[in-house]
Amino acid sequence: MSAAEAGSADTAMRIAAAVRAGERSAVDVLEAHLARIDAAEADVHAFNLVTIDAARAAAAAVDQRVAAGEDPGPLAGVPIALKDNLCTRGVVTTCSSKILEGWIPPYDATVVERVWASGAVPVGKTNLDEFAMGSSTENSAFGVTRNPRDLTKVSGGSSGGSAAAVAAGFSAISLGSDTGGSIRQPASLCGVVGVKPTYGMVSRYGLIAFASSLDQVGPFATTVADAALLLEAIAGHDPADATSIPQPAPKLVERLDDGVAGLRVGIVTELMGDGIHPDVLARVQEAAQALAAAGATVEEVSIPAITYGLSAYYLIAPAEASSNLARFDGVRFGLRVDAGTTNDMMVASRTAGFGDEVKRRIMLGTYALSAGYYDAFYGKAQKVRTLICRDFDAAYERFDVLLSPTSPTTAFDIGAIADPLTMYLNDICTIPTNLAGHPAMSVPFGTGSDGLPVGVQVLAPALGEVAMFRAAAALEAAAPTKEA
Amino acid sequence: MSARITRDDVVHVATLARLALDDERIETFTGQLAAILEHAEDVEALDLADVPPTSHPYPLVNVLRPDLATATLSNEQALAAAPQAESGRFRVPTILGEAP
Repeated sequence: MSAAEAGSADTAMRIAAAVRAGERSAVDVLEAHLARIDAAEADVHAFNLVTIDAARAAAAAVDQRVAAGEDPGPLAGVPIALKDNLCTRGVVTTCSSKILEGWIPPYDATVVERVWASGAVPVGKTNLDEFAMGSSTENSAFGVTRNPRDLTKVSGGSSGGSAAAVAAGFSAISLGSDTGGSIRQPASLCGVVGVKPTYGMVSRYGLIAFASSLDQVGPFATTVADAALLLEAIAGHDPADATSIPQPAPKLVERLDDGVAGLRVGIVTELMGDGIHPDVLARVQEAAQALAAAGATVEEVSIPAITYGLSAYYLIAPAEASSNLARFDGVRFGLRVDAGTTNDMMVASRTAGFGDEVKRRIMLGTYALSAGYYDAFYGKAQKVRTLICRDFDAAYERFDVLLSPTSPTTAFDIGAIADPLTMYLNDICTIPTNLAGHPAMSVPFGTGSDGLPVGVQVLAPALGEVAMFRAAAALEAAAPTKEA
Repeated sequence: MSARITRDDVVHVATLARLALDDERIETFTGQLAAILEHAEDVEALDLADVPPTSHPYPLVNVLRPDLATATLSNEQALAAAPQAESGRFRVPTILGEAP
């Protein structure tokens, strides 16, 4: 039995309803999840830290509130895992980097506050590619996260730990962050639902920054409804984040049964050819047919500029990262390696604290921003970003949602991809959305001939979450059985 | 787009980024960065002359909040994770070559 098969189909919806009604205790729910962690975490390594004592106290507090006649909230008693780049007050937060090893944040990220306020029970901090830079969770300073569906395969990345935790039943739901596909790609590889919301829908306050114009926090879940429930809990305006959209969280759960009759669905031509595995293409075509059978209109649509997405992204994201990661200098927090002068101390600390992929991206970004190269690289990438936005806008005049693969392949072998550029190509289908600031999500839809999960990506225009979730719910209903 | 990135460029950029790279990494990074930048040259095919840059996907302007004093981190909290602190401040080694 794989770790994934050991995970129960206990959804957040069912747990919260039963706990709120006093039919199940949050403590019992938690213990069932902790037992699965105990049995399989040594193999999977989804977590950098499991906060057993704090989780038990939180679950007991939820039960006490129910007993006192109070409502703990929409996620009452639901075990949740948090990506280890979200600040948690009093709980070590590392970004899977030696430079932050042992760091204890003095405050909670806004999304962490909202998770607590919803009655959820945080069980631990999940592993990631260092500073969320990677597509396999192999670039962690604290070891690889293995795919619960096949332990010889990667879990995807960078939120591989959060995807694996949900796939293995260690937590019912989890939070990740998505800068170029870091929620959707691991969701696809681990066979779970993963959502990147519209840029600005979810607060970034307390998310340790990678690329600030692209980063967005979002949910992982085993069902579309659970993902909607969690997104409702974390979304909505936050005055602490100046890029937060001043609107309340969207109502998603109540719209999931609306169906897709009349919905206009476009299959993205540019993402249905070169570099995509035939099994994945076949599942996307079947997904499109399923939506058509459910009443949607389906056509192909060309979005020419997105073929330049990878090029623009790998200049813009490293440029922003090189600036954001300048704060790790051995002065205020994190690793310090002593040296005679402050400059030497900073060089020694950063050199010892950052892993190679982080160094590579800092170097790339510093180069792209440096004198003489700014216009040729960074400036040009920002213009390409405009073209991508324009081409998406044109498509969304004719379509409500778009469909594509999430990842070009199913989960690959651990250690199989050593070349950075080859690894970056894993993100060709997910990156354009981040550049445009749009929402997109991955929904499990059958398997490849290797028996591993395939994810279909649903894309929507800015603030188009309702249509996106309606399409996702229809896909989920039509998807071939998971463990068939 | 521009000349291929050289070993000297990589050494210079490492200095700017406050990173000390050994010879082996300088060699590896030079090749890898060149490959990534070469891939990015596909945008040369695009006419970008009259295209404005996008720095941010969802433009919000004049984001203001009420000017109210609220609780912030205490001095102790802010210094709690500092590798070295003294007299309520972050302590660093010599900056200008003077004795500390």
